[in-house]
Amino acid sequence: MVATAFDEMSAFGTEVRPGYEIVANWLRDTPAEILTQRQHEAELLFRRIGITFNVYGDAEGEERLIPFDIVPRVIARPEWEKLAEGLRQRVTALNMFLKDVYSKGEVVKAGIIPEDLVYKNPCYRPEMQGISLPHDIWVSIAGIDLVRVDPDTFYVLEDNARTPSGVSYMLENREVMLRLFPELCSHHRIAPVENYADELLATLKSMAPRTASADPNVCLLTPGPFNSAYYEHSFLADKLGTELVEGSDLYVRENVVYMRTTEGPKRVDVIYRRIDDDFIDPLTFRPDSILGVPGLISAYRAGNVTLANAVGTGVADDKAVYSYMPEIIRFYTGKDAILNNVPTWRCREPDALKHVLDNLPDLVVKEVDGSGGYGMLVGPKADKAKIEAFRAKLKAHPEKFIAQPTLALSTCPTFVDEGIAPRHVDLRPYVLNGADGVRIVPGGLTRVALQEGSLVVNSSQGGGTKDTWVVDVASPKVAQQHQQQQSAPLV
Amino acid sequence: MLSRTADSLFWLSRYVERAENTARIIDTASRLATLPSGYGASTNEWESALAATGCLSAFKDVYGEDPTAESAVDFLAFSPANPSSIKNCLEVARFNARAVRTALTAEMWETINSAWLELKNYGPGELDLSQLADFLRFVKRTSLAFDGSAYRTMLRNDNYWFSRLGVFIERADATARLIDVKYHVLLPPESHVGGGIDYFQWSSILRAVSAQTSYHWVYRQSLKPWLVADLMILNTQMPRSLAACYASLTRNLDQIAQGYGRQGASQRAARSTFTRLESTDIDTIIAGGLHEFLAEFVADNSRLGALITEQYLV
Repeated sequence: MVATAFDEMSAFGTEVRPGYEIVANWLRDTPAEILTQRQHEAELLFRRIGITFNVYGDAEGEERLIPFDIVPRVIARPEWEKLAEGLRQRVTALNMFLKDVYSKGEVVKAGIIPEDLVYKNPCYRPEMQGISLPHDIWVSIAGIDLVRVDPDTFYVLEDNARTPSGVSYMLENREVMLRLFPELCSHHRIAPVENYADELLATLKSMAPRTASADPNVCLLTPGPFNSAYYEHSFLADKLGTELVEGSDLYVRENVVYMRTTEGPKRVDVIYRRIDDDFIDPLTFRPDSILGVPGLISAYRAGNVTLANAVGTGVADDKAVYSYMPEIIRFYTGKDAILNNVPTWRCREPDALKHVLDNLPDLVVKEVDGSGGYGMLVGPKADKAKIEAFRAKLKAHPEKFIAQPTLALSTCPTFVDEGIAPRHVDLRPYVLNGADGVRIVPGGLTRVALQEGSLVVNSSQGGGTKDTWVVDVASPKVAQQHQQQQSAPLV
Repeated sequence: MLSRTADSLFWLSRYVERAENTARIIDTASRLATLPSGYGASTNEWESALAATGCLSAFKDVYGEDPTAESAVDFLAFSPANPSSIKNCLEVARFNARAVRTALTAEMWETINSAWLELKNYGPGELDLSQLADFLRFVKRTSLAFDGSAYRTMLRNDNYWFSRLGVFIERADATARLIDVKYHVLLPPESHVGGGIDYFQWSSILRAVSAQTSYHWVYRQSLKPWLVADLMILNTQMPRSLAACYASLTRNLDQIAQGYGRQGASQRAARSTFTRLESTDIDTIIAGGLHEFLAEFVADNSRLGALITEQYLV
């Protein structure tokens, strides 16, 4: 499988794809000692800045670094433009889907998607039914996971419409690259990403309730320092210039949300929340949650505060609903999806289940509401016992699973112990959807499976990250003209 | 700003300051403990070191015996059972720093985070004296770097003022306790307590607060115990004196009140203590009982901490 994978730099052979010319030369000409030294410096930088994440159930390594790979992943500008168009379409459709699901449910009535998949979905929130959100924005921050199998085909692997994480790595990876390899960077025209925080803030402010002041008070709600993504929360709050609040910093009085400050209560208009629905308000959801804010949902329903993302968006990033996305996109936009889904078998359907059970060793099986790469079966990598364990699970609860073919994910040159070697990558661009339009910062987070042949890129399971460059490529035509001009005789 | 942020900044500074104070006390005690028995005070040096950091009874609960150099250093520097051990202080400081990272400058965060990482290199038990000296230098260096980066890089707004409050409340407490533990050697010569051998005790107090040279600049005479007390309690030029701490506390509290446009109980309490320090002299204090004076001060100081909490931090 590795032998046949498409490589981001060299396609299927020894050519160098557009945008990669300088990186290829750099990799060829730089001695391994220098790369090792730089890799080491990068680690020190991350460690000192404190860019860490917590791994659940791992007392030893309470704070770990996500491995960073110094070889950038390059996307040529024309490729990116096409992706961006597809992302815009997809997120727009996701948003329309959620608005519809929580109001009239046309998509169900039209038979596009089975009713129980939506309304019996564990992530569906009946509390949100019939609610009208300011500016009808449900998904304001989405992370769309893409994988590539050949020069022309990107597949959407999953939609993250709840609280996608990782964007801080996108930003810090670029900072580190600029610090460690100023030369290499300066030889390219790399689309900047540092404006992400500005774009995010503009998006959040655009969604403020109509009762908010002209300069709405935005804050970022975190579960606190023990959360695995706490570093990212504090990093983003810093870049946004907003307060990083925990549940205990907020309280609700007469359906208005306030934060406790040294100068007394201050009204809050928009909350970028990084707490799951279940924990956000003990009066509405899990009563044992001490992370949330009692009464928040009531203030939310009263239209006095905006939550980003909205409550109940999980119903759109469910993996079973995912399989209907092509139809959903067509239903709302009247157009075919620009970005394709990975072919998916819904195990809830008897024919599909039979096919999946017959072909388990070749398939990837995922829980429909799982995330983080947990609870999945990668058929070709699993031993017999694991396959049989999954077979039993599938038979017991087929509706909890989907299956997909094992894709030959594209690879990207990566600096590992044995030198530069191809490793499988995916791509998570971040799409911002505000009342004033969709914003996408070029690129996103490239995750890389550092073990040879591995397809699991999740950071919790040993994946690393790379800086992602969307670069301008001089078309051959332009380059030629340039040469001609130079060699033209003086008049 | 968020009350929780102000609270974390306040405690972050307090814990860094506390780590430094404890390091200074260990340093002093280990120096005194090397003196021949004839020069030492009658009490166990390590016992007074534990008393000066306010953790003698906690120590006795854990060890159930008189402190030795090893057990005291272990308890003061590393023990998880001692909430004020240097290791705990730096860990709690770093936890607070992490919780309010957005309120810190990059330099402050990097100082505290690097210290926390370096802390892992020092463990209990296997330190010889020169390693202990290295460790104590590391702690002081961390506190100086942290304080310095706060001073040089922080915006002068409420973030800064609350972090200063933490420093000075903690420092005032530490200085008062340090004098109190040694008060029997600071009494005037006519008192029966003390004697020639106490010279090393007096100089050790000055050494603990890096003030030996300052003493000579201020008083231009040989060490007199009541002058040591005067320097440490009433001299506003001496940065660790009670008066200097309260000059800073009133100033920073006034700045907060000005910024928010409102005075409160903590401003009044700080000013009243400061006025009391300004309007007395060392003879009066000694006549009224040095220990009684210090005990009252420590109580007032901790009451001020509670008032600040009540007014701003919850």
